[in-house]
Amino acid sequence: MDESVRKAVLGAVPSLRAFAISLCGNVDRADDLVQETLMRALANIDSFQPGTNMSAWLFTILRNHFRSEYRKRRREVEDSDGRYAESLKTQPEQHGQVEFREFREALAQLPSDQREALILVGASGFSYEEAANICGCAVGTIKSRVNRARTRLAELMSIDGVDDFGPDEQTRAVLAGGGQ
Amino acid sequence: MTERKPVGQPEPMETAETRSRKSNDKPAKLSREVQARLGQQLRSMYDDVVNQGVPDRFADLLNQINGDNKGEK
Repeated sequence: MDESVRKAVLGAVPSLRAFAISLCGNVDRADDLVQETLMRALANIDSFQPGTNMSAWLFTILRNHFRSEYRKRRREVEDSDGRYAESLKTQPEQHGQVEFREFREALAQLPSDQREALILVGASGFSYEEAANICGCAVGTIKSRVNRARTRLAELMSIDGVDDFGPDEQTRAVLAGGGQ
Repeated sequence: MTERKPVGQPEPMETAETRSRKSNDKPAKLSREVQARLGQQLRSMYDDVVNQGVPDRFADLLNQINGDNKGEK
């Protein structure tokens, strides 16, 4: 394998893991998913077109693999999204913020196609076009999923506008004795 | 940008088309600040994982495969 290809694959791993965790909601399963993705990618490295986006190529493989596995497991486990929400609760609160926990819980309640679109565009940094390629759908579909995801998140977190958000944050900071 | 929909405005007859348009209109209600805030939370969650770097198992996997390939040559 070409050294530049190896570096590109390796460089995509951190983001690939973050995406996998957002799909599975479980770190161990996510890492297995990444491992399987890398094996598949390396076995088919000849189908990667040099000069194109390695990250997007790997994300596509991971997503397709997850989808086909997910469909299989769905027969065994009906409530996959419920399990996702459950697994988030067991994760430590890295930031110790109520708001952050609320955010994770709200995210877990989104339909999986909306959550996926939001993460690809809002966190992984893909363009709408790249996200559409990864998900195998139209650009307009991705845009509408992202929009619906944002709206739903705001609803779930009871954010109607800045007034609900900003000052409340400031109040918390003051209550926490954060100064400023 | 500031397209506000009065709450009391009568809705045209609901069809699949207007329904989907309605759901597309909704996000206009979200202010830039709210969107920025949601985006920040999302990235913060994501970056927590990204900042963990490459776990050994993946680095090992790639090195191993790289080594195998060299061996073949």
